[in-house]
Amino acid sequence: MEGHQLSWPLRALVFVLMLFLLAPALLVFPISFSGDRLLSFPPSSWSFRWYQSLWQNELIISSFLTSLSLALVVTLLSLAIAIPAVYAIIRLKTPGSEFLYNLFTAPLLLPTIVLGLAILIIFATIGLLGTFHGIVLAHLVVTLPYALRVLAVALGNVNLACEEAAASLGAGPLTVVRRVTLPMMMPGIIAATALCFLVSFDELVITLFLTGPKLTTLPVELFRYVETSADPMVACVSVLLFFFTLAIIMIIDRAMGLTQTFVR
Amino acid sequence: MSAAAIPDKPATSGLGGQTGLALLLPIVLVNVIGFIIPMLNLARMSFNEYVPGGGIREAFILGNWIKAIADPFNLQLIANSITLSLGVTLATLIVSYPIALYIHWSSGRWRSLLIFLVIAPLLTSAVVRTYGWIALLSNDGPIIRSIKALGVENPPRLLFNTTGVMIGLTEILMPYMILALLAGFGRLDPRFEEAARSLGATPAQTFRRIILPLTLPGIALGWLLCFVLAISSFVTPKLMGGGRVFLLATEIYDQAIVTLNWPVAATLSILVLILFGISLAVYTRLLKRLD
Repeated sequence: MEGHQLSWPLRALVFVLMLFLLAPALLVFPISFSGDRLLSFPPSSWSFRWYQSLWQNELIISSFLTSLSLALVVTLLSLAIAIPAVYAIIRLKTPGSEFLYNLFTAPLLLPTIVLGLAILIIFATIGLLGTFHGIVLAHLVVTLPYALRVLAVALGNVNLACEEAAASLGAGPLTVVRRVTLPMMMPGIIAATALCFLVSFDELVITLFLTGPKLTTLPVELFRYVETSADPMVACVSVLLFFFTLAIIMIIDRAMGLTQTFVR
Repeated sequence: MSAAAIPDKPATSGLGGQTGLALLLPIVLVNVIGFIIPMLNLARMSFNEYVPGGGIREAFILGNWIKAIADPFNLQLIANSITLSLGVTLATLIVSYPIALYIHWSSGRWRSLLIFLVIAPLLTSAVVRTYGWIALLSNDGPIIRSIKALGVENPPRLLFNTTGVMIGLTEILMPYMILALLAGFGRLDPRFEEAARSLGATPAQTFRRIILPLTLPGIALGWLLCFVLAISSFVTPKLMGGGRVFLLATEIYDQAIVTLNWPVAATLSILVLILFGISLAVYTRLLKRLD
């Protein structure tokens, strides 16, 4: 609405504030091409040396692979667990399911530092600390709320009449779910997939409590790296991760519309 | 959480109640092992006794709780966390409000682009954005150098102290604040402003008498969200505090990982949750008064 009186001081102010918001994320692009030995901005020389050193950093590469397989397993399990749960809650209206829905989306409201500590203490007693399946379980606690919410909306949007029509034409309940309900939920399933993947792939604080000497994830490794050394390599990882994340976001956007996922 | 997403129609499927329970079983299992038992155990842990060097002894003592709220160091910790979070929330509100207002007033593709730019930082990890701030604020970074170029001999340190943590956290929390403000701006109708202006109000009067009151619900929501996120934030204080900024969240981590004093870490965690509860109660009362 250009007709609205947006005076130029307000525009200038908004521009400066947006710059403040985006500066740190944008800064990593030039820094990643730095030729300097230490982190500085603007760099005094330019090179690809940090990208090259990244390829030789076995810890970063192996933690990336761990994060990738972790996120894939967590995403698949999230869907396999959340889709039946959402069906029970929304279609079958199993007694008490609304309470369970609220309970299982509650981990989203908890600070991760508290949840991480709570899981650490339990995992230490049952021997799940520093194990792959232990971290999978912990990630599921935080990805499932997202999956539940997105899939509940998706299933809520599926027209009951279509399912009824299929049933009245003689399709059994399982056939209806497989041939009608699931295909109609597809945009939601794709969005949930991407969201769960990103949440698991980026999860830092809870994982920080649970990683062991043999098993670390990329966010944990990056955190420890920034904590101990200040050189441009993290910028290279960030740039590569940016394009990686962008690809996944484009999937969400195609499937659902980004603004719908975040601003209802 | 909103039950509104659940349509109120009868189940037509031929699957019975037991099927429903079977479908819910996996998610119940995950949450019992990964969420409910750990949280209950955490509350229990806060009453156990820490034996230096000897681990944890099962007990039922109030010592951790007394220490958490009476020990001068812990009191300082709580005070630091609350004041820093209040300061960060206020700063975040001030820098986010103009952006939210501008987005609220714009439309079409431009609005979508702005919303995308606001959400985009949420999708880069807090570690990366904190790293960007470290580059910007370090002693030979562009900001300190500009200040020096202006002729200031001893510019203030902007990194590895409370100032640095505040700058970093403010930026990290901005997207949440902007989205919360936008969600609460629903009642702000451009026609009200036009009416005020056509009746002779100056822009300042329009802002103070029309815009500000109508956006108060958004401000309250953003305030709650950012305060809660600030008080539990860990990554930015840890990386930008340089080990010199002591807050509840960083202390929970240090007690849990370095000192291995889980009873104290658990007590401080529950304390954070209590602060959450208080914030929520204050918010609910405020919202009632606004209506």
